[in-house]
Amino acid sequence: MESLVKQETQPKPRLIVRLGVFLASHHILFSVICCSAGIIALLLLPSLAKNTYLSENALIPGSATPLFSTEDAIEANRFMKGIEAADGDSIGGIDMAKFIAKQIEELGAEVCYHKFLPHSKHFHPLKFFTSMSNDMAIQPNGTDTNFGINTVGIIRAPRGDGKEAIVLVTPYNSQRVHSNELLSLALGFSVFSLLSRAAWLSKDIVWLSADSQFGEYAAVSAWLNLYHNPVFPSHSVILDTKIHGADHIYDGNAEKAEFEAFKRAGTMAAALIFKVGETRRYGDRDSVTMYAEASNGQMPNLDLLNVVHYLAVHRQGFRVNIAAFSSLLSSAWLRLDIAVPDYVEGTANLASSIYKQAIGVPTGSHGAFRDYQVDAVSLEFTPTFNVRNENAKSLFLLRGGGMLVEGVVRSVNNLLEKFHQSFFLYFLTAPSKFISVGVYMIPFALLLAPLPIVAAALADGSKTMKKLAEKSIGDSKTNGSADFLQSKGGSWKWLQAAKVLLVIQLWAVLVSLLPYYITQIPDATPIQSSVIWAMLSIVILIALYVMSGSPYSAGVEWKLLKATMITSISIGLGLMSIINFATAQLGALIMIPMCLFSRPLKARSGMNFLPRAVLLASNITLAVVGFPPAALLIMKGLSKGSWTVDIGEFWVWMEFLWEWSSATYLYLFLVHLPCWLLCIHVLLHPCSQSESKMKQE
Amino acid sequence: MQSRYWRTAPEPVHATPPFSSASLPSPALMAPPSPPPGTVLFMHLALLFLLAAAAAASAAALEEEFTEELLLRPLPDRKALAHFYFRSSAPPAASVGRHHHLFPKAISQLVKKYHISELELSFTQGRWNYEQWGGFDPMSTSNAKPPGVELWAVFDLPLSEIDATWKNLTHTLSGLFCASINFLESSTSFSAPRWGFKSNEGNLRYGALPREAVCTENLTPWLKLLPCRDKAGIASLLYRPSIYKGYYHSQKLKLRSSQSLGIILDQTLTVVLQPNTINGKQLHSSHRQLQPSWSMRHLFNRKLSGKCLVSKSSRIFIEVDKGIVDKINKSGSDLSWNNEFFVLSNGPDRLTKDLNNLEVQSSSIYEYDVSNCSEEKPFDVGITWKLPLIWSCTPSPFHVSRFLMGSGNERGSIALSFTSTNLHKKIFGSPNDCSIKAIIFQIVPWYVKVYYHSLEIFIDGNRKAVSDVVDKIHVTPSEDKLLPGTLEMLLRFPCSMRSATLALDFDKGFLHIDEYPPDANQGFDIPSALISFPEFNSARNFPETDPLLGSPLLENFQEDTVVKSYTEVLLVPLTTPDFSMPYNVITFTCTVLALYFGSLLNALRRRISEEETELKKTATRHGLLPLLLAKLRGQKVDPTESGSSSESTGSKKLLFKVVFVAAAAVLFHYFSNS
Repeated sequence: MESLVKQETQPKPRLIVRLGVFLASHHILFSVICCSAGIIALLLLPSLAKNTYLSENALIPGSATPLFSTEDAIEANRFMKGIEAADGDSIGGIDMAKFIAKQIEELGAEVCYHKFLPHSKHFHPLKFFTSMSNDMAIQPNGTDTNFGINTVGIIRAPRGDGKEAIVLVTPYNSQRVHSNELLSLALGFSVFSLLSRAAWLSKDIVWLSADSQFGEYAAVSAWLNLYHNPVFPSHSVILDTKIHGADHIYDGNAEKAEFEAFKRAGTMAAALIFKVGETRRYGDRDSVTMYAEASNGQMPNLDLLNVVHYLAVHRQGFRVNIAAFSSLLSSAWLRLDIAVPDYVEGTANLASSIYKQAIGVPTGSHGAFRDYQVDAVSLEFTPTFNVRNENAKSLFLLRGGGMLVEGVVRSVNNLLEKFHQSFFLYFLTAPSKFISVGVYMIPFALLLAPLPIVAAALADGSKTMKKLAEKSIGDSKTNGSADFLQSKGGSWKWLQAAKVLLVIQLWAVLVSLLPYYITQIPDATPIQSSVIWAMLSIVILIALYVMSGSPYSAGVEWKLLKATMITSISIGLGLMSIINFATAQLGALIMIPMCLFSRPLKARSGMNFLPRAVLLASNITLAVVGFPPAALLIMKGLSKGSWTVDIGEFWVWMEFLWEWSSATYLYLFLVHLPCWLLCIHVLLHPCSQSESKMKQE
Repeated sequence: MQSRYWRTAPEPVHATPPFSSASLPSPALMAPPSPPPGTVLFMHLALLFLLAAAAAASAAALEEEFTEELLLRPLPDRKALAHFYFRSSAPPAASVGRHHHLFPKAISQLVKKYHISELELSFTQGRWNYEQWGGFDPMSTSNAKPPGVELWAVFDLPLSEIDATWKNLTHTLSGLFCASINFLESSTSFSAPRWGFKSNEGNLRYGALPREAVCTENLTPWLKLLPCRDKAGIASLLYRPSIYKGYYHSQKLKLRSSQSLGIILDQTLTVVLQPNTINGKQLHSSHRQLQPSWSMRHLFNRKLSGKCLVSKSSRIFIEVDKGIVDKINKSGSDLSWNNEFFVLSNGPDRLTKDLNNLEVQSSSIYEYDVSNCSEEKPFDVGITWKLPLIWSCTPSPFHVSRFLMGSGNERGSIALSFTSTNLHKKIFGSPNDCSIKAIIFQIVPWYVKVYYHSLEIFIDGNRKAVSDVVDKIHVTPSEDKLLPGTLEMLLRFPCSMRSATLALDFDKGFLHIDEYPPDANQGFDIPSALISFPEFNSARNFPETDPLLGSPLLENFQEDTVVKSYTEVLLVPLTTPDFSMPYNVITFTCTVLALYFGSLLNALRRRISEEETELKKTATRHGLLPLLLAKLRGQKVDPTESGSSSESTGSKKLLFKVVFVAAAAVLFHYFSNS
């Protein structure tokens, strides 16, 4: 009552302060409302998706009748026969490159070879921060004989000024050629041959037949790297002379030497990667699958996808897919599927879209283009016929690929400016439905909103509680512990909690760097590596505690610890949402309930048995789910249906992330892991004496 | 009297487009090509022509002249080159005063007003293919131009007046040719090279607009400078759909003026066309190796029926390359118009051979005089191939290409790469201790901030010290929003060199919001660099030419011209703001202002003492939540008796209401969408 009187005499604080105090005083209700609203909003996203539309008027897809004709299909068949013959008597795929080059030359286009080496596995999670320039420049050196050859054809646009270029990519494995790869090469060639006769081109056309024996991405990114960041001292000399295996391509043929010089066109306007998938009977129509996710959740401009989708569906009659979690479609949702099929399909697509962006690893070689700010999309044609069937082949070529690729090239060719009109930040819920950044930010913002309030409430609560405790102690005149509290406590009490946070962050940085040393161990199996990693992490944690004192010995209150944890997680998630939104979104979904629920298992509260048991159970469940290896296992179980525990798999997975320099790796180890550890600390907190004493009083 | 027949060009004042005043009737002198509707009119015109001819005959020995010529040449990549050449000349000004018979008045006024001693203006679409179409002949060195507009002029004026005169000149030309040449007025777009482009005493100005689109609207005013326009003579072949379908299109206007010569105006149009094959259909790759046979009618879709009557001479040349000549000589047959490899449809009037300095024939030119053809007997000439023939043109000493390195919006580098074509071995033999000079002239806009000290030179992959390669360098650094950067550099490459690369780093600048063009997201252009090889001369040598015949085209071929080649235009993507941002900025600024004024007014209006008494009155209230609940419930709650039980039921109701409203909103959205 005294405090109330005191408040009366004081002037009323500002509205915003009052609102803050109000929210803080009802922080539990507020956080429950916000979190559940966030999760509900996330679940509602598929139904909030809008239909895509073309923003850029210059694209006018489908306004011209495609010129791709039967003759081009015949040409493609001829090419395919030729390359099959070339493949028959080839050694190491060199004859195929030679054949392609010869065909391109006969079209009157320029041609050159690009030789590259596979890039070895390296630990570079920090490359995300640095520029792409030099560390990628791996040049063949004298000892290697195993290299890939890309064949590059360039059409100079008649009447064009050569400032811009459109890139077409057809990957093929020169070592082991499948008939579907031959088909995609033939498709690429027939389109290229058609474009070499086109008078309407205003941008140059580059056709890259990428030798994917070391992976599509490696081939394309090696070419792009040489295109943008050539290294001169090694450029001509080493490439020309030192590759031993290459010598027999140019045996005594002086004219062919010019193919060695790397040729360029202008600034890339857009890139289109297309390939023919292995035959699957998928339905009544041929289908195209679009892949667009590049590194760290970057997407190409939505207009590019729109053009592809529009032409594929409305002009060529394809079925367009985006890769979805098919297991999600088939398994648990079966009953709902009948009721609201759109929603279920949208959810599956959205889940896969978020997951792919969150992983931060490109889904194909288009990712290499995005690293150089070029919009690119991969198309995979899935014909419904058997690839061995001759007639169906040409029909497919005619109707499908050729016209579609020609149409997309026409549209991009129409562009005066680079893609900028439409969205760059979006999720796809269907090939023609998207959720823009303005909508998908809402769930995240709702999830994030209670964090500062809860942190403030906890910090404030701990302070007032202390005051009360002091008062009561003062009343009963027991000096010993009051002195201790005064010396340790006061308004600087949070420094102790901050110190704990800093120690844990330091530990996290060390743990995230450990793989660099572990990868140096020769011939380590993934299981060994991950065990070493885990052991070293624990040893480092113990060492750090020995050096700086255990968090419990300093007498940090769990509320303060929780407040610090919540502050750090909100900063971490905020930063991550700028770098890769999807990761932050998924992270928030796991971490925020975990943080908000966490309270010491030993803490006494006036609750009944049932709510307490529920709280305890949810705490433990969330703590288990929040642990990255466990989360990986659950994710794997959900997507593939296999629940076997394999310790090595975690190592493989992490290796995958850092090799692709995904920011998700940094997130996992600098934001997620320390937060999880703090959470465990809170759970295991031995509830401080002062609290119990206060209770006794 | 005759001046009536010429379009009076507008006074060359600032930005007066000629089309605004160009609605005068077409010249009556162009009778022959289209028969007039009535014979009476025809008689009338014939009479006029006679009068004109008589007047011309009675003029003094120094008279205005006009010649028209066309050169056709098959190219190795199955295309054909057509080069139109029109020369009008006026004697020194004093002898004729202000009136002209043939010479365009607009041009002479321009020359007089701006004291121009030399001027060249070119409009180009497409790129000259130096590898296929040649890099070592007069055609490529003087008629291959960079894409867009290129203008340079030498003034006969004191140095202090030149910049101002240049600005006026750009406006005048802009009006004359319906092009945005006036963008060259700004000091950020032109420069004054000293020796890199053409040696001068500081009275030369050079500017280029790489993005200028070229079309018929630029050709029409250019044709209006011809006495017969495109109504008669060789210019009547200029059927627009044919010539704009080509792979390269460059129209050029070159002026020379001096006290002794008077004014000489050379108008050239160079086009590279794909001849229609006989069956008219595009060939597939299987038969690409055959050269197509073509004739003038195939190329232009027009017949040549008579010359422009006022022209002094009107000739058509067919040139065959050194490559073909070598093959013919090797096969042992003679170089007549009907030989083993090809046949021309008509026998030429004359055959001119070009001898190089070793007295070896390098190319030959078949000449036709078309003065005698008429409507009934139109002239047509063509080439028919008997045997498939593959040859190549003489390249320039180095293939030069320029490209950008790096990515991102921050920085990058410009690289110039030279690849040797081993030409020096063919010309000088193969001494390996010699060296080849090359001059680079490059203008860079100010927003591409080139660091000239970062110049790196790699020869055959080895890094060389700059002083080893660069003989002479002259750099005018760029100034923000004031001057473009200009680089003139004389390099000396060893003959044994196979390839060289020069790299210059740059930072990308930021533009002010109103300096962005409407299509800012396309990127920004760096104009072509010019590379010249001063030791190589592309002049032809025609020992047999009778100087009296006076063919300006062949004369031009014999002039000393240094071998030059232009590089590609580069496109630099700069940081571009989101141009819808101003809207956001306005909304945000307004919000901030509203908040500011709101709180200011609040502070001014407030009476603290009154508020305190107010506060005391309301102090008994508990908090916001019961109040809110009360409002939601729609009943007044006595603050003293709000028990815990009522609060819990209230919060349940509140939760229910919130959930209900959210569900309603979602349902509404869902149904309104679908």
